[in-house]
Amino acid sequence: MRRDLGAQLRRSLDLQPLLVPLLAIVLAFVSGAIAILAIGSDPIEAYAALVRGMVGSTDRIAASLGRSTPFIGAALAVAFAFRAGLFNIGAEGQLLVGATAAAWVGTWATVRGLPGVVAVPVLLLAGIVAGGIWGGIPGALKARTGAHEVIVTIMLNAIALLYVRWLVSSQDPVILRDPGATVPRTATIDDAARLPGIVDSQPPLHWGFLVMVALAILVRFVLQRTTFGFEVRTVGTNTDAARYAGMAVGRTILVTMAVSGAFAGLAGAGEISGTAGFLSPGVFVSIGFDSIAIALLARANPLAIVPAAILWGSMLSGAGLMQQEVGLSIDVVRIVQALVLLFVAADVIVRTVFRLRKTRDDALETTDLASGWGGQ
Amino acid sequence: MPVAPDAPVVLEGRGITKTFPGVIANQDVDLTLRAGEIHCLLGENGAGKSTLMNVLYGLYQPDGGEVLVHGEPVRFGSSADAIAHGIGMVHQHFQLIPTFTVAENVALGNETSRRGVLDLDGTRERIRDISSRYGLHVDPDAVVGELSVGVQQRIELVKALYRDAEILILDEPTAVLTPGEVDEFFRVVRGLVDKGKSIIFITHKLREVLAVADRITVLRGGRAVGSADPTTATEQDLANLMVGRDVVFTVDKGPASPGAAVLVIEGLEVTDGRGVTTVTDLDLTVRAGEILGIAGVEGNGQRELVEAVTGMRTASAGTITVLGTDITRANPRTVADLGVGHVPEDRNRHGVVGAFSIADNVVLNQYHKAPFSQRALRREGPTRELARTIVRDFDVRTPGIDAPVQTLSGGNQQKVIVGREMTRDVKLLVVAQPTRGLDVGSIEFIHRRIVELRDRGVAVLLVSAELDEILSLSDRVGVLYRGRLVGEHDRADTTREEIGLLMASGSRAEVAT
Repeated sequence: MRRDLGAQLRRSLDLQPLLVPLLAIVLAFVSGAIAILAIGSDPIEAYAALVRGMVGSTDRIAASLGRSTPFIGAALAVAFAFRAGLFNIGAEGQLLVGATAAAWVGTWATVRGLPGVVAVPVLLLAGIVAGGIWGGIPGALKARTGAHEVIVTIMLNAIALLYVRWLVSSQDPVILRDPGATVPRTATIDDAARLPGIVDSQPPLHWGFLVMVALAILVRFVLQRTTFGFEVRTVGTNTDAARYAGMAVGRTILVTMAVSGAFAGLAGAGEISGTAGFLSPGVFVSIGFDSIAIALLARANPLAIVPAAILWGSMLSGAGLMQQEVGLSIDVVRIVQALVLLFVAADVIVRTVFRLRKTRDDALETTDLASGWGGQ
Repeated sequence: MPVAPDAPVVLEGRGITKTFPGVIANQDVDLTLRAGEIHCLLGENGAGKSTLMNVLYGLYQPDGGEVLVHGEPVRFGSSADAIAHGIGMVHQHFQLIPTFTVAENVALGNETSRRGVLDLDGTRERIRDISSRYGLHVDPDAVVGELSVGVQQRIELVKALYRDAEILILDEPTAVLTPGEVDEFFRVVRGLVDKGKSIIFITHKLREVLAVADRITVLRGGRAVGSADPTTATEQDLANLMVGRDVVFTVDKGPASPGAAVLVIEGLEVTDGRGVTTVTDLDLTVRAGEILGIAGVEGNGQRELVEAVTGMRTASAGTITVLGTDITRANPRTVADLGVGHVPEDRNRHGVVGAFSIADNVVLNQYHKAPFSQRALRREGPTRELARTIVRDFDVRTPGIDAPVQTLSGGNQQKVIVGREMTRDVKLLVVAQPTRGLDVGSIEFIHRRIVELRDRGVAVLLVSAELDEILSLSDRVGVLYRGRLVGEHDRADTTREEIGLLMASGSRAEVAT
C-alpha cells in the first residue's frame, strides 16, 4: 500500500504532461513578439502592458478571473465529452441556450418573490437543463443513428445562435425582448436571482467563478472515482471493450453529451446571473469555440482547465490595456492565442524546438484533440 | 542443408543493450547471421526478440553495443538506413494497403513516375521477375484486400526483395498462416536461402524451428541464453531453454466428471455484420465439469457463435440457455452476471483497455458490483486487492498493478484477462483462441488453469483454431465447418486425423479460390 501511495504521489506531481502546453505558451509569445516587431512595435513594451492589464492590480486580477469564469465551464463541457471519445463542438450553442433559459426564467413573476438562495439555483438549474437538452440531442442522435456529433453540434450551434437572436430581437410578436429597451435585449432579471459579486471589477468577479472551480473538482472526481466516470473513460478509450464489459455504450454517449451540454449551459446561466443580468444577441460569441482550445491546452484534464481558462480569459481581459497604452490591436492577443493552440496541436514543433522526447506516458489515454475525429 | 561454419557473417549484433523505462529489453545480446542461413530466434513473448529485431532494423537505437553489416559497424537512424544496407523486414502485422493493387503496394515509397504520372510498368515487370526467381507467386494487378493472408505475406516478401534486401528479418511469420500455408511458406523460405539470401526467423513455435532452422539462438529475459543445433536438439530441449525450467507438454488432466447441462444451444442461427448467415442450425450442450472443444479453420462461424453465447451479438434464430435461463436476447452484462466468463478472441480489441492500469482492467466487467463499488462510487481497496491477487496467482510479469496493460507482453495481457474471468464466480467459461500468439510458458500455464476450472465443476466452451490445443484440453470435440457443428465425439473416440479431415474439407474449398 505504501508503495502504491508513493506511485500515486509521483503521478499527481508529474509535470511531464504539462511540459508541452507550457512550452507551447512560451513559443507562442516568442512568435507573437516577432509579429509585433514586424509591424514596428516594441514587443517587450506590448507584453508588459498586456501583463499589467492581466494582473496589474487587484481590480485587474478580479476582471481577469471574471472574464475567465464562463471559459472554465464551457471548457469542462468539451473536455468531459472528449473523455468519452466525443467531440462536442457545440459548447457555443449549449452555452447560449443555457444563458437564454436563465435570462427567461429570471424574469418570471414567481422567481421575483423568491429569496436569493432559491432564486439563484433555480436560474442556474434552468441553464443546466436547457444546455443539457441541447447537448443531449446530438448524444441521442449519435447513440441511436450513429450521426456524427461534430456535424450535429455544429448545426445546433447555428440553430441556437439564430433562434436566440430571433427570440431576443423580435418585436412582433414580442417573445423575450424587453419592450422598454431601445436595443434588442431581454428584461433584467430579478435582483434575487443575481449571483453575488466578489469584486465589482469590469467584468465583475462573481460567485460563479467559485462554482466553476468546484465544478472542475467535481468533474475530476466523477471521472476518477465513480462507476459512471469509469464507463465514460472506457467508452472513450475502447468502445469495443466497453461493449464486451457490458457497458451500455449508447446510453453512456447520450448521458455524457447531456452532462457536457449542462456544463456549458451552466456557464451561460452563470454569466447571466453574475454579470449583466440580461441577454443581448452576440454577447457570448466565441466563448464555446475558445473553450475547445482551452480544453486542448489542458489536455482534457479537468483540473488543468482552471489555469488554462484563467490564462485565456485574462489575456483577453488584459488586451484592452495593451491597446490603450501601446496602440496595438486586441487581435495581437488573438494571434498569440491561436499560436498557443497551433503549438499544442502540432506538438512536434514544440518537441523539436525544445528537443523533448516523446515519453511513454504521452501515448496513454491520450487527449489528442487535434489529431482527428477519434474512432467510431 | 547446413551452412558452412566459415560462411561470411552478413549481419551482427554485438553486445546489444536496450532499455525502456523500468524494463531491460535486451542486455548484452550477441547475434550473428551468416550468409545463406536461416537463423531462428526463439523466445517467449517479452523475451526481447522484437526489440532486438527493431534495433537491427533501425527502428530503435541501442543504448549499448553495435550493429555490423558485412563486418562494418553501422548506425541506423531509421529503417530507411537499414533498407539501404540491404536489410528487409516482414512484420507480424502486414504493412499493406488493402485497397491498392500488389504493384502499387510494392512500389509504395519507391514509386517511379513519368511527368508526374505514376509508372507501374517497371514495377510489374520486376514483381514478375522476383516471383519467378524465388517462387513467390503473386499477380501484380490483384487487389491486396481480396487476397488470402498467405498471399499477402508473400507480397511482403516481394516488397523486401524489390528493395534489394539480402538479409530478411521475418517476425513471427507463421502466426497468421494455416497449416497448409505454413508448409508452402517454408518451401519459399528455403528457396530464398538457396538463392543466397540470409534470414532471421523469429518464432516461438518449436516444431517450426526444428523444421526450418540452420541455427537457433534462444532469448530469455532479454539475454541470449543459449544456442542450439537443430539436427540434435529436441522440442523439449528448446522449450526448457526458452522457459528456463522443465516444461510439461502434455496437459495433466484426469477424466471429466460431467454434471448437469450448463449451456444448451438449440437450432442456433447467427448472421455476421454483413448480414451473411455464418452459424446455421447449431445444437450443442456443455455440462458442468467438462470441456467442449470446437475446432475448425477460422471464419467458419466461430466468432459469431462465441458472440451469440456471450450476448455480444443477437442470434437470428434458435435459443441459448445458461443454467435454464434463456439468454438468447440478453446483453453482455446480463450474461456475465449470470456467471458466464468470456476470454475473447481479440484481446486488444475486447479483452482489455490498453491505456488503463491492470487494476482497472481486472474490474472491467465487474466494476459496478460489490465489493468494487458502492453506491456508484468505485472502491479502490478491493479493486487493487483483486489486481494484486491476479498478478500473483496468474504470474503476470509487471512492474506493478498500476502499469498500463498495453505495456505488458501479449502473454501477460492474456493472463490478466484469464485471471479476471477465472476469479469471477463463473459457471460457464467461454474461451476463444486463448493462446494465440502466446509463448510456451504462458500456454502451459493457461491450459492448466482451464483444466483446473473444469475440475472445479465449471463448464468450458473452448473455441480454437489450434488443433493441438483442442486435442489436449477437450473432453468432447466438435468441428465447426461452414457454420455447422460436425463430427461431435468424445475426445477418446476421435483421432487427430479425423478432426483434421473435417477441418480441412472446409479449407480445401478456400484454397481453390
